[in-house]
Amino acid sequence: MHANDAFITGIGQSEIGRKLERHPLLLTLDAVKEALGESGLTIDQIDGVSTYPGRTPGLLGFSPIGADELIDALGMKVTWYAGGGEISSQLGAVVAAAAAVRTGLARHVICYRTVYEAAAMARPEEYPVPRRDRVDSYSQWFAPFNAISAVNWTAQYAMAHVKNYGLTREQLAQIALTGRANAMLNPRALVQEPLTMEEYLSARMISSPLCLYDCDRYSDASTVLIVSAGEAVDEVSCTPVRIAAMAGSVERHSWDQAEWMACYPTGADLWTKTDYTPADVDTVQLYDGFSFQAIAWLEGLGFCAPGEGGQFIEGGQRIALDGELPLNTFGGQLGAGRLHGFGFAHEAVVQLRGQGGARQVPGDPRVAVATSGGGPLATALLLARD
Amino acid sequence: MSVTRALPRLDADNRAFWTGGAEGELRIMRCRDCETFIHPPRPLCRSCLSENVSPEVVAGTGVVATYTVNYQKWHPAMEVPFVVARVALDGVPGVLLTTNIVGCPAEEVDVGDRVRVIFEQQDDVYLPLFERID
Repeated sequence: MHANDAFITGIGQSEIGRKLERHPLLLTLDAVKEALGESGLTIDQIDGVSTYPGRTPGLLGFSPIGADELIDALGMKVTWYAGGGEISSQLGAVVAAAAAVRTGLARHVICYRTVYEAAAMARPEEYPVPRRDRVDSYSQWFAPFNAISAVNWTAQYAMAHVKNYGLTREQLAQIALTGRANAMLNPRALVQEPLTMEEYLSARMISSPLCLYDCDRYSDASTVLIVSAGEAVDEVSCTPVRIAAMAGSVERHSWDQAEWMACYPTGADLWTKTDYTPADVDTVQLYDGFSFQAIAWLEGLGFCAPGEGGQFIEGGQRIALDGELPLNTFGGQLGAGRLHGFGFAHEAVVQLRGQGGARQVPGDPRVAVATSGGGPLATALLLARD
Repeated sequence: MSVTRALPRLDADNRAFWTGGAEGELRIMRCRDCETFIHPPRPLCRSCLSENVSPEVVAGTGVVATYTVNYQKWHPAMEVPFVVARVALDGVPGVLLTTNIVGCPAEEVDVGDRVRVIFEQQDDVYLPLFERID
């Protein structure tokens, strides 16, 4: 029935930590082995590799392992591979893999995202960041004004929401509190301590209106998703999850000229590619590198109207594990660590297979949305066990 | 007491923008065929693809479209808090400048504030910062 579709089959994840000693290539291997193990595939059956954003020389903690390096290190023979940052955010690597298997370029593609930012910052002698005399390209439009972090860029969108629609800190807090509550049910999550509203409200401000708990934390981890061709899913021993629709976009890539966030056009576009509607979705795993991005995704995907995201999550009951739309059930990046996009698709698969354990969404979930990207970049995946 | 800043590398595309302050001018690239403003500056018009583009001196006033107050010291020399804002320039539709609002307490800045450009020179670069009018 879905022979020409792409599926996520095996999934894997390394430990998630900060300042890990384990080599990032070995973290990647851990995730690959887990994904192969549960899918029943062998490394010889993998004929494609896709990653985001590829190896980043000069900022190795951000992406230490390139696709060609992984292929060589694991002795793979591939018929297709890709890795790069010029794509519609992290899960764009999954979109590329899905396109590859649907066009016969490969049958089983390892998609991975390895991050090593905490370790690299702790060991600058091993992971030096070259000193630059001057900035260029897009960074010249922010860095001279000391708008150095993505939090400064995201905070301006959040502030516009505060001013235009009355978004409150108590509403923003629900993303962080929900993530933290769910993280405590996820043995792998980076943060295992509870977070209260009082702690949130008294936290120091980083870039208004975003405080410490609105920002994810650098972590060291690898996440793997195997994307398989419909004609090849019978080679897999785990339950395949169908990529029912996918969408991605870029606003004006320079964050200073993108008037609003790409999750709005991408969220709307997703529903033009499927018969499913937002009402069919059982759980959402929405990018929350900063809390506000998850609120924007709820609006962009049409779960509520633009401007109503704050009210939609008021009190947190609706997005809680036992609510009508459980959100970021693994903890999100705010709770589980900065896995950088791939954690959302990984968790969607966990939930659709009923493998969530203590954090399993009740009621046999069959349809999920996973997203990545904030600001001018956005990718959305609609995943279904159908 | 100049603020520690990363400075842009000047090139053929951006030189007019980053050095206009030497003459007290805020210069935004503009298409001479369809009048679209082009920022970041490039050698073609993003609206009509004309190559007939050149820098135009604009008013240098505008409105705070959105902003954030940064409290985090991203490096030891950074003085906080400070305001990062997007300014919508008067008479320059479609262009937003990310900049700092200076000359007033950070907590006083708000969306809708009227602002005007002032230039801060560091080396060969003239950074367009903005201060509130009134």
